[in-house]
Amino acid sequence: MSVRVYDAVVVGAGIVGAACADRLSREHLNVAIVDRGLVGGGATAAGMGHIVTMDDSEAQFALTRFSQQLWIELRPELPADVEYRQCGTLWVAADEPEMQEVIRKHRYYGERGVATSILTRMELAELEPKLRPDMAGALLVPEDAVIYPPCAARFVVARAEQHGAETFLGGTVERIDNGSVLLTNGTRFSAGIVVNAAGIAAPALTSTLDIKPRKGHLVITDRYPDFVRHQIVELGYLKSAHSVTADSVAFNVQPRATGQMLIGSSRQYGADHSQVDDIILSRMLRRAFEYIPGLARTSALRAWTGFRAATPDKLPLIGPWPEDRRLLLATGHEGLGITTSLGTAALLADHVVGRTPRIQPEPFLPARTFLEHVHA
Amino acid sequence: MAETMRRNFDVLVVGAGPAGLAAATSAARVGAKVGVVDDNPAVGGQIWRGEVSKATSDASNWAAKLHSLGVEVICGAQIVHHDIASRVLFAETRFALLEIRFSKLILATGARERLLPFPGWTLPNVMAAGGLQAMVKSGLPISGKRVVVAGSGPLLLAVAAYLRAHGAKVLAICEQASWNSLASFASGLLSHPGKLRQALILQRQLLGIPFWTNSWPVRALGREALERIIISRNGTQREISCDYLACGFHLVPNVELASLLGCALEGGCVRVDDAQQTSVAGVFCAGEPTGIGGLELALIEGQIAGIAAAGKSERLRELRGRRRKAQQFARRLEKAFKLRPELKTLPDSGTIVCRCEDVTHARLARHSSWRDAKNQTRCGMGPCQGRICGPATQFLFDWDPGSVRPPLFPTRVESLASVSYIAPAEHSQLTGERQ
Repeated sequence: MSVRVYDAVVVGAGIVGAACADRLSREHLNVAIVDRGLVGGGATAAGMGHIVTMDDSEAQFALTRFSQQLWIELRPELPADVEYRQCGTLWVAADEPEMQEVIRKHRYYGERGVATSILTRMELAELEPKLRPDMAGALLVPEDAVIYPPCAARFVVARAEQHGAETFLGGTVERIDNGSVLLTNGTRFSAGIVVNAAGIAAPALTSTLDIKPRKGHLVITDRYPDFVRHQIVELGYLKSAHSVTADSVAFNVQPRATGQMLIGSSRQYGADHSQVDDIILSRMLRRAFEYIPGLARTSALRAWTGFRAATPDKLPLIGPWPEDRRLLLATGHEGLGITTSLGTAALLADHVVGRTPRIQPEPFLPARTFLEHVHA
Repeated sequence: MAETMRRNFDVLVVGAGPAGLAAATSAARVGAKVGVVDDNPAVGGQIWRGEVSKATSDASNWAAKLHSLGVEVICGAQIVHHDIASRVLFAETRFALLEIRFSKLILATGARERLLPFPGWTLPNVMAAGGLQAMVKSGLPISGKRVVVAGSGPLLLAVAAYLRAHGAKVLAICEQASWNSLASFASGLLSHPGKLRQALILQRQLLGIPFWTNSWPVRALGREALERIIISRNGTQREISCDYLACGFHLVPNVELASLLGCALEGGCVRVDDAQQTSVAGVFCAGEPTGIGGLELALIEGQIAGIAAAGKSERLRELRGRRRKAQQFARRLEKAFKLRPELKTLPDSGTIVCRCEDVTHARLARHSSWRDAKNQTRCGMGPCQGRICGPATQFLFDWDPGSVRPPLFPTRVESLASVSYIAPAEHSQLTGERQ
């Protein structure tokens, strides 16, 4: 049986694995990318493709903001089909208490060097006339953007290949063990380091990982150019995203470069089948109508689901895994994988070459869960 | 929000073409409470479009039976979603969402034309053959227009005859199949007297129109709209000036609803047992979705499905015998009009294959599978949901079609929100959720 030898094998050709492979190959490592399916065919294809700075925690802010800056740097190189559009995010406040949150958020972003603007009810209505006119206001984060993730993943993989990386698609990884990656078809890779970037499939390969699939639904409409102009998200989204147990829905609509709209969002734990759940779908859409009544009359082309790789503390796992000295993790990005893929890859590459990273790596080190695990 | 209307039937038939009409009347005749739902404004399907109102036609006879048996006909309603476990289909009309419950379901969803891309096929006035016929039926003036009918299959002859009867100057019928394969098909008609009679009538209606075998369109040309086409005939290309090109490469069964419901497919058709029942218990299928077989087979299959779905067995023996014979014809049909591989080379790199998303042949050719191509180019993800480019890419690249996702057709978002809607209070009781 032949063994393919590389400096690094990245398991997973989603946006996160793609970015890691790209970074490592640009550090002159000899890289292989392995995926059982397509490039960008899993959660990468299922998600919205929102590049967004988030402030659930200092660590999340640091990683999302850092990553967003990397996307902005990359933008001139992106081909047209990645459809990078800096449409900005509007965090909509439905009432006065949520408006207080707008003010807090504005201050928080401002203190960390991200310019945002507070919109009054009138200003919001002018910017997004389809929104219900009685919203309290909104926060506009102008640097947030939207991309088409499958093409972004393909572009990043192609860039890695230009730096010598090789891609192996269609083979399922059976086992990762101390620098060896064994596929079910018998192919064996040997590498100095292995990166588990398999998203929700990561725990199947690194058994003690605490990553759970968190199901989401999306609907795409026919083309309605300028129906909405920004990615519009309800501030209550945070409550939904924070909730650890209950099924939840939150209003989140995105204008695509094509003029289509994506309508989200839902979050469910413990839903193991990929079929559309009509009850959740219905709740999700009704939530959207509460903000934009006119959406009810638009034409939906498709509804689908996807699974986010969720960690208990809502932060991804980036860095070495204490149980296997040759294993690095780049997974657990939940709903932020598109945004944080580039930052994740940068942190990982810095670790591999021993360079000081541009943001604090500690909050993302997998050792944090490992310690919890052994002390539990 | 638009209202939700509810219906309940013993037997629900989807599709009011020949198979659906036969199924509905047969089930109703043996006592079942039957409903028929169809997305067209009137019954008859594609083949009998507009013929129900004629005093004496097959279509009006069936429609009359339907009426006298008390079958409820719901036209202008498109099935968009389902809850097959609860025996419910959801249909959308212009104004409302319909929730239709049933004990047994018969799928008689018919077929559509296969369109193959070639340079210029997206020009105005290059049309699907049946599509052009339908437009003439709804009033498009065709008198004096020069039309070339091209592609493959018996539908071309019917369309040509219809257009000619309405004053069109049909310049030629171009059939991609070879003379030999058609000759053996024609000789097979001798064992199907009914088919032979139809063929002879058609022949009379088509008298004087050049019928070219080994012929197909290779390019359509024109500035704003179609002006002329280039036809390849026996390996030689010739240019023809014309106003319309009516094009269709035989038929593709409409299996999307069956597929969405989980019915097993075989070779692109719905697999059925001797009683026309699919792999999903209580769901039957009749007509073209079980394999392109034409009118006669559709009527027989529809009757079998209707009787079986109503839980009866009378006449089934006799009908099965007739079905066997009609199936032989279907097999001949398939063999005679098999698409030749040269047609795969018609598109050039810039030819658009997916019209909804403007995806060219060159962009698709880079991909290894339908899924990969969809993911990277959005091919097949526009409003037609791959109904046109799906069969085309299956032929061009040998790609397997993907799974069908709800909604089955583009649907008002509010309809999706009304399917299985349970008020939040009720829902938290059901799931024990606290909010």
